[in-house]
Amino acid sequence: MTKVARQKERLLFDGADWDFATLQRIHDACEEIALGELGLDVYPNQIEVITAEQMLDAYSSTGMPLFYRHWSFGKHFAHHEAFYRRGMRDLAYEIVINSSPCISYLMEENTATMQTLVIAHAAFGHNHFFKNNYLFKLWTDAEGILDYLDFAKGYITRCEERYGEVAVERTLDAAHALMSHGVHRYAGKTKVDLRQEEKRQQERRVHEEQVFNDLWRTVPTGPKRNATDIDIEKRRAALGLPQDNILYFLEKSAPRLRPWQREILRIVRHVAQYFHPQRQTKVMNEGTATYVHYKIMERLHERGQLSDGHYFEFLKSHTNVVFQPAYDDRRFSGFNPYALGFAMMRDIERIVTNPTNEDRDWFPDIAGKGDAMEVLRGIWADYRDESFISQFLSPRLIRQWRLFQLHDDPEIDEGILVSAIHDERGYKYVRRQLAREYDIGWTDPGIDIVDVDLAGDRRLLLQHRAPNDWFLEEHEAKLVLQHLADLWGYDVLLQEVDDAGGVVKEHVAHPRHALYSDRSVA
Amino acid sequence: MHIIDRRLNPRGKSLENRQRFLRRAKDAVQQAVRRSLQNRNIRDVLDGGEVTLPIDGMAEPSFHRGEGGLHDQVLPGNRAFVEGDIIPRPPGRGGGRPKEAGEGDGEDGFRFVLTREEFLAVFLDDLELPDFAKRRLSETEEMNPIRAGFSVSGSPSNIAIARTTRLAMMRRIALRRPKPAEIEALQREIEECDSEEKRLLLEAELKSLTDKMRRIPYVDPVDVRYRRFENEPKPVVKAVMFCLMDVSGSMSEHMKDLAKRFYLLLYLFLSQRYEKVEIVFIRHTEKAEEVDEETFFYGQTTGGTLVSSALAAMRGIIAERFDPTEWNIYAAQASDGDNSYRDESATGHLLQHEILPLCQYFAYIEVGEEESDSSMSSSPLWSLYESIRSELLPLAMRKVCRKNEIFPVFHELFQKRQAKATP
Repeated sequence: MTKVARQKERLLFDGADWDFATLQRIHDACEEIALGELGLDVYPNQIEVITAEQMLDAYSSTGMPLFYRHWSFGKHFAHHEAFYRRGMRDLAYEIVINSSPCISYLMEENTATMQTLVIAHAAFGHNHFFKNNYLFKLWTDAEGILDYLDFAKGYITRCEERYGEVAVERTLDAAHALMSHGVHRYAGKTKVDLRQEEKRQQERRVHEEQVFNDLWRTVPTGPKRNATDIDIEKRRAALGLPQDNILYFLEKSAPRLRPWQREILRIVRHVAQYFHPQRQTKVMNEGTATYVHYKIMERLHERGQLSDGHYFEFLKSHTNVVFQPAYDDRRFSGFNPYALGFAMMRDIERIVTNPTNEDRDWFPDIAGKGDAMEVLRGIWADYRDESFISQFLSPRLIRQWRLFQLHDDPEIDEGILVSAIHDERGYKYVRRQLAREYDIGWTDPGIDIVDVDLAGDRRLLLQHRAPNDWFLEEHEAKLVLQHLADLWGYDVLLQEVDDAGGVVKEHVAHPRHALYSDRSVA
Repeated sequence: MHIIDRRLNPRGKSLENRQRFLRRAKDAVQQAVRRSLQNRNIRDVLDGGEVTLPIDGMAEPSFHRGEGGLHDQVLPGNRAFVEGDIIPRPPGRGGGRPKEAGEGDGEDGFRFVLTREEFLAVFLDDLELPDFAKRRLSETEEMNPIRAGFSVSGSPSNIAIARTTRLAMMRRIALRRPKPAEIEALQREIEECDSEEKRLLLEAELKSLTDKMRRIPYVDPVDVRYRRFENEPKPVVKAVMFCLMDVSGSMSEHMKDLAKRFYLLLYLFLSQRYEKVEIVFIRHTEKAEEVDEETFFYGQTTGGTLVSSALAAMRGIIAERFDPTEWNIYAAQASDGDNSYRDESATGHLLQHEILPLCQYFAYIEVGEEESDSSMSSSPLWSLYESIRSELLPLAMRKVCRKNEIFPVFHELFQKRQAKATP
């Protein structure tokens, strides 16, 4: 056998075409490197080949393979489709779902090289991250999510049949508006188990039916207690106030909601919670996946399983993915999480294997430790974007990216102050500020439910903490508040509180009772 | 590892969501469709297409921060700044940080692609042919099975169980068929009986009862009834639309374009809305001819003008093919209003006494040059029709000069009316 022929033999594929046997070969080769050499730990993989239209479908239902029906998904579909058709936007090469088995969608248009890249990226990079990162472990239930969505879809369809599409749609509209404030930000005691959710819903229902006894209604209650008897603090404690999870509070305490509406709030809340870790780990998640695909592709090429031509094809799209335009570039639209994540992972690899003195000063724990993958695996498991950047953004990378910090104070009329740049004095400030921009506790408006006037008109009182005069966008805030009042069933008051604790702005909303039909009484 | 090929899965997974969205956005879509009609080639209308929808009403609000306040931000790619530099704020903004591309929430409208069916459904939503009076029972075609009581014969699938058992029960009661319980009771009595004589008596009785039971069946073929259906002819509305177009030399390209646009709308409307509407295309110069739609819309001829020739042709076709007692007859005529002077009386007579009495509705569109005013001075044909027009005759007249007037005029002519059309 000639040398050329032998080389050919080793290649995973030749040319752009692929079939399922090729995919299998690619997957097996990637797996060998990922598990054997990089020491990754992944959920079983399931690879699904889809068309462009199906990709658009997946886009519009938040990437999930099945989802309940709502007009807003139709809107997103139309939106994406319009962009796609006019060639203004490419579709993603893949979508990956945090589930077990881990589902990766591959577009049929991809070339064999792209499929290799996508498998390495999604089926190993993201997959490892999903399985090992502490946030995902804490907040998501990869085994249960698909079953749960199936239940949610069925439940909402049944509600539509029973209570009418309009009533369900309105409940969902309202729940979606509050979705960003429907997550628990702090860990509870129990691990989420979405598989149990369907059973729990049924059990709650059965229990309610069993203990229902109409006689209780007729039992005379004692003389009414004076309203002042009820201690405010006690009342707040009983309602679990202050509460930042608005959907949770409504589900548990809103007086006028029907049981099915509570269940819908619960479903939306669970979905929001499921995506909560992803919002906090964009840079890390993409950085991990990009680093992993880069390593795998590099190794495949070294082992002769990927020809030079295909390797170049890979490098071209890889460079596109990790491209970061400067702030004054026309293409600039904020930090590219792929670029930042990948650059940081590579930088950590350098610090671990080949540190400078500066690195030893800044990162005594990891500098020169030798085994980059071991350090990285540890980081991938234990950090989120904010802590990751505030720990591992190195001065060298700050210099390389020429990061600088702007301080925009409306009080200063002259303009915007450059408060720190990539120099000895600026590293710490730049790093802290960048980390903050990835802290959703800092970037999302913090809104708490603080009190309910149970004895009086049942008005719900919310407070928005507005540091640095960051007030809510008024028009939308009013719309959301309207939804909130509709769900709560009584007036709602939102106060915006500045740093000093003084109330600066107030928004009020009154419920529109007519919106929710009372057909469900029976 | 599993590989699953999802490409063969049923398409249109998002269809349901899309319809919900459309339902919600209906008003906005309708307006957008109207607007989009003004500036596109009418042929494209057939293919559906993009409309721009204003986003509000379909907003998905959320709590987020507005502009203003104190901001810090890290950016990449510093070239010349050093710490302490002051950069003037970008002009046009009262303050706040530099706005980045793609960051703003100024999404004032977005494009939305409608399929052909969706587009037409929206487009033709509130139109109809006026005065659909003559509904006739058609001779053959559409039959509608309706329930027509019960029959004693029929296919097993049509068996009427309730009726059958009821009849069987009636018969059993009438013929005094012994009940199983009676027989059982008798049998028990026989077992318990100790007197031989009485036992024989009882056994005889039992025998007669069992015989009777055997004789009288539980369900007899006489009881069986079948649901009967009769085919009732469906009333079918028969309608014909005559499209009369002037293609003479006095019609400029612009006028022809207007007229053709009008007829395309009409054609679209009829073919989408009414399955059973015949359309007859007649074009005329000094002589009229019936043509197919392709020729009608895209053919090129020219010549003088004799409007009466078209009306005569229409009359001929009606006499030949469309019996006015059976057919609802509609006509739409488009012309620049020129007619040869000697033809005037003939046209007037034909229209007033022969065509209009047969018609449900006669719409006349006068097309003009783009620069001219819609309230232009009256053309010969316009004055003639004006003089004919009366409360009793179903004649409607409109003038059109610009492309964007086509749809409103068309819409006005064919919108749904509460009462009888008053042109």
